[in-house]
Amino acid sequence: MTVLIAIALTLVLAGGVAVVFSDDPQRQAVTLSVYGLLMTVLFFLLAAPDVALSQLGVGMVLVPLMVMLTIRKIRGHR
Amino acid sequence: MTIYAYCVAGALVLLGGIGIARSRNLVHAIVCLSIAQSGTYVLLLAIGYQKGALAPVFGSTSKPNNHVVDPVVQAMTLTDIVVSATITALLLAIAIQIGKQHGTVDPDELSSLEG
Amino acid sequence: MSRALRFWVLGVGVACFGTILVLAFLAMPHFGTSHHPYRDLAVPASVAHGSANVISSVNFDQRGIDTLGEETILFGSVIAVAALLRPAENEEKKEDPGRRVPFQATRMFGYVLMPVTLIIGIDLVVHGQVTPGGGFQGGVVLATGLHLLYVAGQYRSMEKLRPMPLVEVSEAAGTAAFAALGFAGIGVTGAFLANILPFGSFGQLLSAGTVPLFNVGVGLAVASGCVVLLAKFFEQVFLVEKAGGDT
Repeated sequence: MTVLIAIALTLVLAGGVAVVFSDDPQRQAVTLSVYGLLMTVLFFLLAAPDVALSQLGVGMVLVPLMVMLTIRKIRGHR
Repeated sequence: MTIYAYCVAGALVLLGGIGIARSRNLVHAIVCLSIAQSGTYVLLLAIGYQKGALAPVFGSTSKPNNHVVDPVVQAMTLTDIVVSATITALLLAIAIQIGKQHGTVDPDELSSLEG
Repeated sequence: MSRALRFWVLGVGVACFGTILVLAFLAMPHFGTSHHPYRDLAVPASVAHGSANVISSVNFDQRGIDTLGEETILFGSVIAVAALLRPAENEEKKEDPGRRVPFQATRMFGYVLMPVTLIIGIDLVVHGQVTPGGGFQGGVVLATGLHLLYVAGQYRSMEKLRPMPLVEVSEAAGTAAFAALGFAGIGVTGAFLANILPFGSFGQLLSAGTVPLFNVGVGLAVASGCVVLLAKFFEQVFLVEKAGGDT
């Protein structure tokens, strides 16, 4: 069990690096969505099902959707 | 392993800060802020974790006992996740308006406060 | 300041902050410790009030004032987004967003999963005091379930399913219900946000006193708030453009 948590923590850290260092915001929205899924798995492994449910809806759907709509609006305006 | 979880959380917060500082696009900076916030969630949950303990929800299979992880940090984290998503929405709306007013969302070009 | 100087300052700041963090982590109880004083107080209190989901009890029963503050933040930021993303004087609102038809499989996916997701969302909200779930999670699932219609390509149908005045009123109603229940607590026992209804039997749908009512209020407020947020963003992308007709 502890090995699983260690693997999940490493994956989350790698996901964080990927999100921060991807410079194109459109690509970052998709990476953010995958990062949300990795966080959900980590929260589930840390015995926190409530928090995992919250993170699933918010981190995988709401925030990437709003980021993509913002990019589309800003690009369309320029 | 004793402090690896805390170090990952701290690293995520610092990564978010580094991302904001080197960003060339306001939307990219907002997403990096979201990463920094998630680092704090990992820290809170790591503090409350107990090895081999169950989730703090009781039902027909687990009678009320004290061998569960800390519920107080989980309660804090779960409301925080939803509310900070709306704050991110507010920041994105401000970025849209900046894009409309000034034509650019590059922080280096937005240096002066004008009309 | 120039970019290079900014990175030097950043490097110094990250190094100092990182060192302080590691020193603090070395002095904390190790990961997986069994010393949790808050848990030893919160779990018996939650069981005494008849709530099987300890986290819901902490959120709505033991620390309800924090949740009221969070709801207020949510309400305030939704109002702020709605105010920021209004069409300005030199913009106008189109009527028709144009049609783009996605793949058949995507449309079926959206149509089939939308009622399922809405039912799951309602179930999460109502059973918050018994199973993992509650107002916040259920509200987010409800809001995302509605937008599966957009995935299926029916932006107009989705607009009809969420009449904006009704959604805005329901968001205010959810937040106001939370505060009203708090004042009802004052009326009965003299303490704000006190748990005043009978506790019921452990693990049943109607247990834990006022926690189910708080769950429904919060679920309504969060779902409506997220729908309003996404609606403003969609409007900006699809419907608002500069007056004069250029895109």
